[in-house]
Amino acid sequence: MTAILQYAVQGLAAGSFYALAALGLAVIFGVLGVVNFAHGAFYMLGAVTAAVLLDTLGLTLWWSLLAVPVLMFAFGVVVERLLVQWLLRLDPLYNLLLTFGLTLVLVELVKQRYGVSGLPYRLPAGLQGRVDLAGVVLPRYQLFVLLFSVLICALVWLVMTRSRIGMIVRAATEKPDLARALGINVGRWVTPVFGFGVALAGLAGALAAPFRAITADMGSNFAIILFAVVVIGGLGSIVGAVVAGFLVGLVEAFGQAYAPTFAQILIFVLMALVILVRPAGLFGRQEATA
Amino acid sequence: MLEVSGLTAWYGQAQALHGVDVHVNEGEVVSLAGRNGAGKTTLVRCLIGLHRQSSGTVRLHGRDLSTAPAHRRARAGMGWVQDDRGIYASLTVEENLRLPPKVSDRAWTLDQVYEAFPVLAARRRASGTTLSGGEQQMLAIARVLRTGARLLLMDEPSEGLAPVVVARIGEIIREIKATGAGVLLIEQNVKFAATVADRHYLLSQGRIVETLDNDEFRRRQGDLLRYLGI
Repeated sequence: MTAILQYAVQGLAAGSFYALAALGLAVIFGVLGVVNFAHGAFYMLGAVTAAVLLDTLGLTLWWSLLAVPVLMFAFGVVVERLLVQWLLRLDPLYNLLLTFGLTLVLVELVKQRYGVSGLPYRLPAGLQGRVDLAGVVLPRYQLFVLLFSVLICALVWLVMTRSRIGMIVRAATEKPDLARALGINVGRWVTPVFGFGVALAGLAGALAAPFRAITADMGSNFAIILFAVVVIGGLGSIVGAVVAGFLVGLVEAFGQAYAPTFAQILIFVLMALVILVRPAGLFGRQEATA
Repeated sequence: MLEVSGLTAWYGQAQALHGVDVHVNEGEVVSLAGRNGAGKTTLVRCLIGLHRQSSGTVRLHGRDLSTAPAHRRARAGMGWVQDDRGIYASLTVEENLRLPPKVSDRAWTLDQVYEAFPVLAARRRASGTTLSGGEQQMLAIARVLRTGARLLLMDEPSEGLAPVVVARIGEIIREIKATGAGVLLIEQNVKFAATVADRHYLLSQGRIVETLDNDEFRRRQGDLLRYLGI
């Protein structure tokens, strides 16, 4: 029983990274209609930025959780203005070429500067060690990651459902032309939404920094799983992204515990099953207007 | 208020509109009839700025909007009621009503909308697309009234609705007209068009082939029905 709870928390903590990053991917796809294949690279940059901030300025994770999303938002704004905005009217194939190409460039730049061996990352004292919850001993940091991510997801959900911006994002996701014809300048929201999506990927990376080997390649495997998450949840679905993120984290953790050889395969078996039963994903709309 | 002249547009390789001239005055309801594929919806999509025209001008209150993007046209006072009603499933009824920005002082308040359409008040928290077809049509019209649009572009508002609902929509159109707003009404239902419109355009193969006043339109209803193939 204890082991199961431990795997569950471990899985949900790992799922947090997927959930946050997939959330970013979902809002970007929703408003821009762009599938951002560079999302794994943005996640990696988030982790690398956290490591560099700790190494050079001595900023601990607490500060990084604030600074990394802000920096990544700014980076996302630059990328959107410089590159992504030209994609919006083009064939979706260009969006694959550009964002995938951007991934290769970012990965190589990080390799050049920081090498291929992992950067070290030390947790602040308050997040080290284990906690004993009624006999179940859990790593303190895993619990923190889980609670923090749930909090962020809940905040994003509140913004999406309660604020005017959220309403506009939902409308622009569902029927962009109609939103324009109703007098909403959808274009004005494109840049901040892209920046926001990138910031979420960066935040996931910063949270993962103490957990994972921080290398230039850390985003590539992450991106593969991330796209399985998005397919399972339904492309463009906010709720789907979050639910599928945590779900995939759980499948991965239990897979690694009980069938290590099949852990990764299990995720794709799950994806295949979802596609068979619900081709648009668990929370996707059948006729998504692109 | 609305003056369209020499509007041409292409739909892929085919020319959909061949120099269309249309005007709508304040407090006037003008219908646009034509067979399927005559270019009615393309014309309205050009007017609201969602389909690119290749030449011609679109003016509203003398202001040239020919190259303006859709959101600027909406803010200049055009309101579009889409042919499939365009209700947002991911928004509640009330959010559908709150979504569009106010563009003039004539914008209806939520209270006004709920008074005129009690059914929307009762379902305000429900997802927009859980409403019946007739209720969705009411919502689509009410949503445009919320902006205070001076010119309504209505694409087949009576389509697929029960006679009693169609009659209610006719009443609403007459109320809108009474406020001095103009309405361009795409309508295949000739009988319905005759009860609400002052003037009628007949569109065929991307050209306005006839302009009829309502008396003449009524007299030739039989002909027109045959012509439209309904």
